[in-house]
Amino acid sequence: MSQLVIEAGRTEQQYWRDLWSYRELFYFLAWRDLLVRYKQTAVGVGWSIIRPLLTMLVLTVVFGKLGKMPSGGVPYSLLVFSGMLPWLFFSTAMSESGNSLVQNSNLISKVYFPRLIIIVSSVIASFVDFLISAVFLVGLMIWFRYAPPINVFFLPFFVLLAFAASLGVGLWIAALMVQYRDFRFIVPFMVQFGLYISPVGFQSSVVPERFRLLYSLNPMVGVIDGFRWCLLGRQNVHWSGLAVSVAGVIVLITSGLRYFRKTEQTFADVI
Amino acid sequence: MPETAITIENLGKRYIIGHQRAKGDGMRHAIESAMRAPVAWLRTRRERKLQLVDFWALKEVCLEIKQGEVIGVIGRNGAGKSTLLKILSRITVPTAGRVVIDGRTASLLEVGTGFHPELTGRENIFLNGAILGMTRAEIIRKFDEIVEFSEIEEFLDTPVKRYSSGMYVRLAFAVAAHLEPEILIVDEVLAVGDAAFQRKCLGKMGSFADSGRTVIFVSHNMEAVRSLCQRAIWLKEGRVHQDGKVDEIIETYFNSVAGDVSVPVANPDYGLTVQKVALKTSLGAESGQFRPGDDMVVEVTYDAHRRIEKPIVAFGVIGANGSCFTSNMLLDGHRPDLLEGRGQITCTFKSIPLLPQTYTVKMIVRAANVEDIIVKYQEVACFNVVGDLAEYGYKGDFLTYASQSTPVVVPYEWQLPDGTRIDVALSRRPLDPPDRIFSEVVRHL
Repeated sequence: MSQLVIEAGRTEQQYWRDLWSYRELFYFLAWRDLLVRYKQTAVGVGWSIIRPLLTMLVLTVVFGKLGKMPSGGVPYSLLVFSGMLPWLFFSTAMSESGNSLVQNSNLISKVYFPRLIIIVSSVIASFVDFLISAVFLVGLMIWFRYAPPINVFFLPFFVLLAFAASLGVGLWIAALMVQYRDFRFIVPFMVQFGLYISPVGFQSSVVPERFRLLYSLNPMVGVIDGFRWCLLGRQNVHWSGLAVSVAGVIVLITSGLRYFRKTEQTFADVI
Repeated sequence: MPETAITIENLGKRYIIGHQRAKGDGMRHAIESAMRAPVAWLRTRRERKLQLVDFWALKEVCLEIKQGEVIGVIGRNGAGKSTLLKILSRITVPTAGRVVIDGRTASLLEVGTGFHPELTGRENIFLNGAILGMTRAEIIRKFDEIVEFSEIEEFLDTPVKRYSSGMYVRLAFAVAAHLEPEILIVDEVLAVGDAAFQRKCLGKMGSFADSGRTVIFVSHNMEAVRSLCQRAIWLKEGRVHQDGKVDEIIETYFNSVAGDVSVPVANPDYGLTVQKVALKTSLGAESGQFRPGDDMVVEVTYDAHRRIEKPIVAFGVIGANGSCFTSNMLLDGHRPDLLEGRGQITCTFKSIPLLPQTYTVKMIVRAANVEDIIVKYQEVACFNVVGDLAEYGYKGDFLTYASQSTPVVVPYEWQLPDGTRIDVALSRRPLDPPDRIFSEVVRHL
């Protein structure tokens, strides 16, 4: 028989076991988010293609045609889309997971399960959208008759990095949002600015070399550069920049987890 | 000797209540105070002391619950019942003390937690089941049973937002009823649904208890507590006030809460404090006991620090099986023009046609726009109706059944096949014993 001890400030060992026993909830919550997101829409899942497609067109025109940014011998729209893919994943995952706790406040105040599941499942739900858009990228590459280089086998690493970065930021924002609803306004700004700060519409090589390390502090720089390197392969990896980004993601996710776990116990009281 | 299922030692839960966050809880406040910190930390500290009040929702609670016990937790609003359940179901952590629980626990603090209106009944069964801790395989196995219990088979693929509230509750309870925990924690979930459905739920919980599992049950419905539980725990101001056999506890509970039982209720947003709700006889004496057919005066003493224009007040008299009658300004349209300063509103229920049972009075105050609620719908008083029905002309052999009968008796008249007519009414006030003696004496003279 399982014995459970509830004590002030002691939940740690139990937590990871609970996470395992509630593992199916990851799936169910992500499934719910996906189902609900496209209920009563005419285009349905099509939105996860239309959205990046339109953004791609705008960015291609603005940066490629009007701004005449260098493309490094790759069709500019392909360059944009390969950066857009991880960026859209990151930005939707960040805003969805950031809002997830507040949106599920009825669950939090009425039933117990590790709250981490809510965050992770909303990242998973965004990840499914990411996969659908990825299929579109494959189509785009066939259209341009552009074969990916051998580097493509490293792609899973960068997908993982993107996942970790989204989760890390999502944990911070979600936990902070419980107390400070101000983040409801901050997150859209972050998404808006992030699109221009991150190398989505251009290559990070346009950033002067002496600022590259500083620039890489934005974890999405490493992720987007990595995606381009895997899919298009024209540009060399900026190793020290990548190292900074990876370190940034690790710091983000460990600190995010720690802060989340610390505040999690009071969610039901504060929310 | 049965084993212990739950041990609770010195459990305490403290909430820090800010006084209606004059400064805001938002980030601006955090940033502001961080920036001001070096300059005026003394001042902010003093302010904070004024603003924040410690409130112990639970304090030094010690309990031991054996396996297979069915326990009712009773107490007034704010006594700590919900906090206790929230700690036991791990929604919130205690500030002090510890709890040891032996066995798989399921808690049901609300029916239909996690239901999503856009999803269909079928989808919600899976979602809700998973949230309550069932595995996918378990849900698939019990799926048909759940659907059968809920009686909504034909609407299984309709989004639940199109359900009637009755269907919604039935489906939600059906999922919860098929949990198979060793310990079940239930909060007031039976307060929803129609009477037939409530009986079904009670039956399900009864059979659950009969199968030797541990149940902790919070309810304001004393009849439900009495019929389900053997042991009752009475919480008062966050502490265990009494603990013992259900009949004795409920008895003393009622004796103590009858009469003046109002909790001061305040809503700082509107500057209104309800200082007292008293029940009085038609002669103006405060009382917690009435006889069938008596007039009952509900008297609310309030203090409005700000002007409140045209509020809408309503009272409801609630018996064990639900609402009996109401006085509602929302319907009758008679409203005070203005509340300002201290004052009173009274409502006299004329010759209450109630059988001897226990009742509560609930109150709600709405703002002039109807939507905003100044005082949320809550129990403000409690009273017993006592009396010998024989004095009202009742002569059945089963008068004790009156305690479980539908409580409201409007005057009625039987007409029997032989043409006899008999009036029955609770409204006629019988003569008090001394009066009767006096009239006997008069007759003899």
